[in-house]
Amino acid sequence: MTEPHKVLDKEHIRRALLRIAHEILEKNKGHENLCIVGIRSRGVPLAERINQHIKQIEGEEIPLGILDITLYRDDLTLIAHQPVVHETLINFDLTDKKIILVDDVLFTGRTVRAALDALVDFGRPASIQLASLIDRGHRELPIRADYVGKNIPTSLDQNVKVILKEVDDKADQVIVVNRNQKENNE
Amino acid sequence: MSEWTKHDLLDLQGLSAAEIEMVLETAKSFREVSTRDVKKVPVLRGKTIVMLFFEPSTRTRVSFELAAKRLSADTLNISANSSSLSKGETVLDMAQNIEAMNVDLIITRHSSAGVPKVLSENLQASIVNAGDGCRAHPTQALLDMFTIQEKLGRIKGLKVGIIGDILHSRVARSNIIGLNKMGAEVTVCGPSTLMPIGIEAMGTKVNYDLEEVIQTSDVLMLLRLQKERQKDKFIPSIREYAKIFGINAEKLKHAKKDVLIMHPGPVNRGVELSADVADGKYSVILNQVTNGVAVRMAILYLLLGGKQQ
Amino acid sequence: MTVLIKNAIIVNADKMNDQPQDILLEKGSIVQIAPSIKNDKATVIDAQGKLVMPGLIDIHVHLREPGREDKETIETGAKAAVHGGFTTIMCMPNTNPVIDNAMIVDSIFKEAKRVGLVNVIPIGAITKGQKDEELVDIFELQKAGCLAISDDGKSVVNSQLMRLAMDYAKMANILVIEHCEEPLLSAGGVMNEGKMSTQLGIKGQSGLAETVIVARDIELAKYLDTKVHMAHMSLRRSVELIRQAKKEGIQITAEACPHHFTLTDEDVSSFNTSTKVNPPLRTKDDVAAIKEGIKDGTIDCIVTDHAPHTQEDKEVDFEHAPFGMIGLETSVGLTITELVEPKVISWAQMVEKMSTAPAKIVGLEKKGVIQEGMDADITIIDPQKEWEVRREDFVSKSKNSPFIGRTLKGQVTTTICGGKVVYQA
Repeated sequence: MTEPHKVLDKEHIRRALLRIAHEILEKNKGHENLCIVGIRSRGVPLAERINQHIKQIEGEEIPLGILDITLYRDDLTLIAHQPVVHETLINFDLTDKKIILVDDVLFTGRTVRAALDALVDFGRPASIQLASLIDRGHRELPIRADYVGKNIPTSLDQNVKVILKEVDDKADQVIVVNRNQKENNE
Repeated sequence: MSEWTKHDLLDLQGLSAAEIEMVLETAKSFREVSTRDVKKVPVLRGKTIVMLFFEPSTRTRVSFELAAKRLSADTLNISANSSSLSKGETVLDMAQNIEAMNVDLIITRHSSAGVPKVLSENLQASIVNAGDGCRAHPTQALLDMFTIQEKLGRIKGLKVGIIGDILHSRVARSNIIGLNKMGAEVTVCGPSTLMPIGIEAMGTKVNYDLEEVIQTSDVLMLLRLQKERQKDKFIPSIREYAKIFGINAEKLKHAKKDVLIMHPGPVNRGVELSADVADGKYSVILNQVTNGVAVRMAILYLLLGGKQQ
Repeated sequence: MTVLIKNAIIVNADKMNDQPQDILLEKGSIVQIAPSIKNDKATVIDAQGKLVMPGLIDIHVHLREPGREDKETIETGAKAAVHGGFTTIMCMPNTNPVIDNAMIVDSIFKEAKRVGLVNVIPIGAITKGQKDEELVDIFELQKAGCLAISDDGKSVVNSQLMRLAMDYAKMANILVIEHCEEPLLSAGGVMNEGKMSTQLGIKGQSGLAETVIVARDIELAKYLDTKVHMAHMSLRRSVELIRQAKKEGIQITAEACPHHFTLTDEDVSSFNTSTKVNPPLRTKDDVAAIKEGIKDGTIDCIVTDHAPHTQEDKEVDFEHAPFGMIGLETSVGLTITELVEPKVISWAQMVEKMSTAPAKIVGLEKKGVIQEGMDADITIIDPQKEWEVRREDFVSKSKNSPFIGRTLKGQVTTTICGGKVVYQA
């Protein structure tokens, strides 16, 4: 592959998130006791969109939190400069709640591991379920997603980029690029 | 935002406006950690931080210690003074000995200016200055600026009056440098005998008329008056000082309506501030204390992160 | 020992010869100066391309013996002196015990004689134990060989006592050297008070501490119609006071140190404790005024105030470090680099400031001039040689120099004292 390859467009993404919302409600038998937490940065708009779908279906939003996992990363001593820390905003008690954790791409599983560590510092949830727009494989930890938008088999020298209107100020899409290749739409 | 490249925090002369901004921005994120049930994040797990204080301190030391612990660093306290150094042992010897035990960061305070700088030139560990002589107290100025930004939404363009014993104040000096970099306009006010020569060159106006300073300032930062200053004859009496340079509710009537009253603590109630003002609606003294932990967490995080070069 | 210096460009305070001369030294004296001298027995030193000066005289050094032999001894100090081109040094009495009686004076002369490199002349104290309470036995010190008395390290603060000391010293024909520092004004100050001390948050001492004593002593000298010598002047205001006093015919002489015409209080921002010195390093303006004073004769001589301190003593925080820096081995290089090269003074004036004037001030009649019949004290300098000040090159027991790492121009190649070659590069 030499060209950036679009794997999902705006409509694909919308449908995938709507399906995930349905699956969440089906598996949990409604929205009761559910909370949704987005991992910064692209997990946050995805969590918000899923929450909107839930509202359309159930007539009510569920509590939404924002999680910054920087302080829980396991690679801080390996990178040259400290990454910027953003605020974590979880304004509700997690204890005995069923948490839907949302991220854009599930890859090695290390981000999710960090997020799990962070979440338990806020309380003791009844359960944590994971929703991811993309699962690209190559797990390094025993972690799997409960809800997946699309499985995309990739090689390690590829990058999966999720572009979202809220974050990137561009039309929604998911593309696959080779690591040493500059995306021509950037 | 730019990348953080500094290895030590010695003073605010050594930070750019963008770097100060970065500390304040990072501190904002850390403020939340202290409000959790589990007030701890694992980011500095395995790091060792030593607090090497050659001058007694409770407040600053506790604030740094909480900051370090909330970041999961291991902390060790060494309260030293010249008498606890064995004969012929120098401050540098002691610091090198501590460093030889693979310490990552040393927070130090000394009554003599320049000690943190000398340590930073001779040690691999990061050095954080928690106050050296009358020279610098960078984390205090950072937390003061953080508090101003939090309460007033900006620093740029504000008028800040710093009142009291400027001569002996490292808090004043660091604030003058920092506030200038962030675009505030600083005026210092206090007895002429406690006003250091040529302070204007650091970037401040001097005004001996407290009433005028009160009227024109957005922020009034009071400094603690050490009781020894009267013994050293810098001022005729504490009583006269309180009358002329102390702030009470009556004098504050002429202040701007959303003025901030700040103080690095501990307050001499009835001297630099009357009790009703210290506890009053304009006072943000306790916010300063709370923010101190967040700002120090930010500093420790920024300095200790990253690959060792 | 007979020494023959060939091809010497002789520099005296009144004249720098343009034609090379030969100089014959015998039995401790300069016996012959002529265009070409032949002598088969003599050790020959070829001074081609060098400058030949009367042996340099430093009337203000600290040798630390007795008391702090870990910092310097008469022997190590003498070695440092000849390495720096000095043939006569006068050591200050703030030792332990203080040099305030003939016995200690004798012991110093005796040890200096044993070492044998350089003329060491002790300066006696003004007050017993330098306590500012009672005068020393001034005649006793004078008869023991002291040429001057001083409480260096501090002033004689008691004005009445100083008056009596100057009065008595006049009768005893001994010079009084004043360290000008009003201790209540300087108390606790460890650098110059000004913009820099404000920025660095270091307690400053104001120039007032120096100038009020300068002014007082000028008044005393005028009233008593006697001499007084001002140690290590550091301020523009001091230079002005002395210039005015000299104009009025008051018998005042003054000295300055190389660091006071080279460094400023901005150098303290390194927190290098070697920059902590008393009187403190002053401002650029003061440095300019000291240079003017040296140029116009207000400042009579250059001294080092060589003040050795051990690494242990200096390697502490700035506030607690002792005052002082070593100077014997950098004085010539600094004077040439800072004053002669930029044409503030001529080579002849350098000789005036570093040999002729100090000899005259303390009354060393056979020194300070290269002339037949004078003492065979000679310093030979390579005026073009550039060299870096390196810690390991110091002969002094202590290494507390802020000039380490600096490149200087002009270096001593040979030092001859009493007709003997005591140092050869």
